[in-house]
Amino acid sequence: MGLTAKSTGIYAFLEDLNQSSVKADAIIALAGNPNTGKSTVFNGLTGLNQHTGNWPGKTVVLAKGNYLYRHKNITLVDLPGTYSLLANSADEQVARDFICFGDPDATVVVADATCLERNLNLVLQVMEITPKTILCLNLIDEAKRKKIEIDIAALENILGIPVIPTAARDKTGLKELREAIHQTVFGKRCNHPKPMVYSENIEVAIEKIQAEVENLFQGRINSRWVALRLLDGDTTIIQEMRNYLQRMEPKDQPVSETYKEVECCGSFGSRV
Amino acid sequence: MSAAEFELTRLPVGKRAEVVRVGSVGSMRNRLLDLGLVPSTVVEAVRKSPAGDPVAYKIRGAVIALRSEESRQITVRSLD
Repeated sequence: MGLTAKSTGIYAFLEDLNQSSVKADAIIALAGNPNTGKSTVFNGLTGLNQHTGNWPGKTVVLAKGNYLYRHKNITLVDLPGTYSLLANSADEQVARDFICFGDPDATVVVADATCLERNLNLVLQVMEITPKTILCLNLIDEAKRKKIEIDIAALENILGIPVIPTAARDKTGLKELREAIHQTVFGKRCNHPKPMVYSENIEVAIEKIQAEVENLFQGRINSRWVALRLLDGDTTIIQEMRNYLQRMEPKDQPVSETYKEVECCGSFGSRV
Repeated sequence: MSAAEFELTRLPVGKRAEVVRVGSVGSMRNRLLDLGLVPSTVVEAVRKSPAGDPVAYKIRGAVIALRSEESRQITVRSLD
C-alpha cells in the first residue's frame, strides 16, 4: 500500500489521536524553544503518562499524553523544540503544520523566563496563527535567582493572551496553567492577541491573496497567515494546504478543482 | 560599507559590536533573524573553535555558534 497524504505527516498522528481508546475533549499543542523545560511542563501536566511516537515520513519524535481536569480529558501534544515556525527544518515544519493544520483547541508556548526576549519571537509567530495561545513563562524561579523581574500583568496586556509563570521542576504554577487552558478552551475567556501589522505594500498584497485562500478553506484555517507564507515564497506550505484539503474533501467541489486553485495561489504568491 | 562597519567575522574575541544589517537571503536570512540578529542587536564574540571556525557569539542572552559563511553576511559596527 502506497503512502498517501492521509497516512503521512501530521495526519497520521491525528488519525492516531482519533483512534485513541480515550476520546479527548480537547487537544492542546505544546510549543517552545529548545531547552525551556517544555518536556518538564509536559510531564508535570500529564504526570509522565506519555507516549512517544514518530511521525511517518519525518524523523521527528512527538510525544502525547493525557490529563483530567474538571472532568475534561485533555490530550497534550509535545511539539519539537523550535526557535521559529518559518520551516527552516523538519522540526519547524512539523510544529508549524500541527499548530496551523492540526487544529489544536489551544496552543501553549513554553518560554524561558531567564531569556524572554529570545523566546518572544516564537510566541508572536504562534499568536499570528491562532488567538488560542497561552504563554507559559517557565523557569521563573531561575529568573528570580538571576534578579530578573517580569511584570506578568503588563506582558498579558501587551500580548493580549494569558501569561502563566511556572517552575515546572517544582510543579509551581501548573494548576494555574491547567486552569488557563481550561478557560481558553471551554470558558468564555476570549483572547485578543495583538495583531501584527506589516508595511502598506505587504498589507495590500496580503489582502489580495487572503481572499483566495479564504475561499478555499472557508474559515477553517487562518487565511491571513497562509497568505503571508505564500508571500514568503514558502513552497512547503503549498503541499501542506493540498494535504489538508485532500483530508477535508470539500463536498461542494471535486478535489482536483481545489488543487488547481492551490496551484494558482502558490504561483501568485511567488510572483509578488 | 562605511569605515566603522565591518563583517562580523572580523570581530575579535571579547569585543562587542552592533548589528547594522543582515545580508543573506532566503531561509538563511530567516534563520539569522530568528536567532535575534536584527539591526541594533548587540553581539559579543565569546570564543573561537580550535580551527577558528565556527565562532561562538553571545546574542541576546544565549551563546550561539556561527560559521564564517553565516557571519560574513552580517554587517556590524564596533561598540568597544
